[in-house]
Amino acid sequence: SLNCLDWSLLTPATKEMLALAEQLKGRFQGDPSFEYSLAEINAEAAARLVQSGKEPVIKEEARLIATIEQIDRAVGIVPRGAFVKTPLGSVHENRHFEGLSLVEAKKLSSYFHFTEPANLKNKTLLEKADLDPSTDFLDSLEHDIPRGSWSIQLEKGGTVVVLRSLLWLGLTFYHVPMTKQFGYVYFGTGEKNLDLPFML
Amino acid sequence: HGPYQPHEPGYGLDQPGYSPYEDEIPDPQAQILAIKNAKAYLLKTSTKSGLNLYDHFANILTKILDEQPTNAVDIIENISKDVKWAQFRKKMDTLRDEHLIPPTFEAAEKYKALFVKEGGEEEHEELEEEMGKPSLPNVMETAFYFEQAGIGLSKDESYYIFLALKNLNNVQPIQTCRFWGKILGLEMNYIIAEVQLREEEEEEEIGEEGEEIIAEGQKEIGQAEEEDEQKEKEPEPPKSTYKPPPDIPKEANGTGTNKYVYFVCNEPGKPWVKLPPVTPAQIVCARQIKKFFTGRLDAPVVSFPPFPGNEANYLRAQIARISAGTHVSPTGFYQFPEDEEEEEEEGADIYEENPEFEPPPVVEMVESLAMWAHHVKEILKQGRCVWINLAQKSEENEEDEEEEEEEEEEQQEERGQPLLTLISEDEGMKNIPAWTAQASTNLIPEYSVAILQSNRWPGAYAFASGRKFENIYFGWGHKYNPESHTPALPPPAEAEFPSEPGITETVDPTVEEEMAFKAAQEEALAAAEEEEDEEGEDD
Repeated sequence: SLNCLDWSLLTPATKEMLALAEQLKGRFQGDPSFEYSLAEINAEAAARLVQSGKEPVIKEEARLIATIEQIDRAVGIVPRGAFVKTPLGSVHENRHFEGLSLVEAKKLSSYFHFTEPANLKNKTLLEKADLDPSTDFLDSLEHDIPRGSWSIQLEKGGTVVVLRSLLWLGLTFYHVPMTKQFGYVYFGTGEKNLDLPFML
Repeated sequence: HGPYQPHEPGYGLDQPGYSPYEDEIPDPQAQILAIKNAKAYLLKTSTKSGLNLYDHFANILTKILDEQPTNAVDIIENISKDVKWAQFRKKMDTLRDEHLIPPTFEAAEKYKALFVKEGGEEEHEELEEEMGKPSLPNVMETAFYFEQAGIGLSKDESYYIFLALKNLNNVQPIQTCRFWGKILGLEMNYIIAEVQLREEEEEEEIGEEGEEIIAEGQKEIGQAEEEDEQKEKEPEPPKSTYKPPPDIPKEANGTGTNKYVYFVCNEPGKPWVKLPPVTPAQIVCARQIKKFFTGRLDAPVVSFPPFPGNEANYLRAQIARISAGTHVSPTGFYQFPEDEEEEEEEGADIYEENPEFEPPPVVEMVESLAMWAHHVKEILKQGRCVWINLAQKSEENEEDEEEEEEEEEEQQEERGQPLLTLISEDEGMKNIPAWTAQASTNLIPEYSVAILQSNRWPGAYAFASGRKFENIYFGWGHKYNPESHTPALPPPAEAEFPSEPGITETVDPTVEEEMAFKAAQEEALAAAEEEEDEEGEDD
């Protein structure tokens, strides 16, 4: 939506869209039908598109969809215990989630990425012994590369814990300890911060 | 267990003829005995917790029937755990737990200090005497205007900042004060206030720094003389021919990049720290690096090229760059004073408010960027606002050294944009304009506010509404770069020895060459002796 009044549904992202959108750089224009000329960016993809009969352009709408998907996958996080996995394999919201304690809330390891886990099996045996398979089935933030790409701060005298991602500048996650409230929002230019290793 | 009460299950089963399974089970006695055994088992008290399963089940069922949660069977274990928790009653131990102060309480204490009014009666008298402009900015008003644009901090935080600025006002002799903005950091954030101190303080500081610079200059001259003497004594290991570029002197307090003094604090309620004035070398270096702020002012900035200073200096340099790049005001609000007697080199440094300024309507402010102008001087490549020709100064200091060593650099004079240039002349990057303007609302044009967002420094905003305008910054403190940041490459390694004939290897002369050389020498000697003989004969 451009004005919070008229909303349009975005289609889910496809792999092609993701691959192409990663190569687009620069700010968004603000117009969903704006077309980026692919020929400059990636001649191969442009050629493929021309062969299949379409124009060698990529719309900003597709870039928007791909960016949203990337952000969700890369830095969409939830606190530990908020979601549980049933023995049948499906993931549900945990209705008995009472929030993290203050001590836990300051640790990066109590937050998980809300996507398909990639690193679960790489932990040492000791760590695996402590895990509870119903709640610890996602990747923790601790092992994010590069190290230190999250900034944790307590605001309002310790009543709210705010995590900010440094990889996607503008992604903010909040959680009120000992309550069920948590969530994340993104306000920003929609560009990945590729300079992160230089900045730490 | 005695006779059953009506509310207990099993009531009525004793009586013959009332059992529900009377028709089916042949032997009522065995049935009754089985029930009694089962109930006895359920009533068995646990040795650990003093509960028994029977009561526990009764409680669970009561709770479920009271609350009637959906899908109760899925969460039955949690319900059971909750019921057990509810049983737990705090006992009054003789030893009390140490009263843990929650961090919320500590924070509240700090904020409370902000709310305490100091002085009391004296303040009222002072306020009446001063008829000048109030030096404390109205942060809440500014916050309201920015809120129209969707920018800003929460009301609580704005108010705390307001009170903290008031405290700053009371402590330091301040002429004008402004809330500059907030820079986010990894561990803590910075809240920054831009301040102009009253003039007495500034003179004292200049005096101290001037003396320091003179002392350093004398030390350098002394060292140069010692080195010359040593050279004559013995061959030394090769000296590095690297001459660091001469230090560009920083601008005096109150002018150029150091026009304002900045105070920072991590949170409102913490004491304000004054940031040191910025040197051009720091600005030049800050342009080449891109680092996150950690939130601690004494943290070292590890980077290449090495940053001269710690995080406080880096912060000050970024603040200077942001101010120079993004502080704008409606065109015409500031004007040059009419009686100018300035040299051409310095350019106009002073501006004053235009009393006859008529604010243009918001629609015009949004449509054309020519309605806005910078009111802070641009920083040149040198790192200063006013260009300095170093060649002139170096001649004075290096009279002792030989002329060969002096490098005559032909530095072209850098001219930045003059003050009060319109922002429509700001260059964009690639096809991104330098500024984005919009009105805060299209629905109520009478009360809408013109908002300006900078694309070069994401996070810098300005608003204008009638005579009021303000700039602010909320962000990480970095410039926008469409391509990725490439750090500077290290300079090529120095050659160890300068190539001189005595040092470079040459091929040893072969035997024939030596013989030929010897023969040539003997001939020369013979020729010389003949000449001497001839001369001797002449006498």
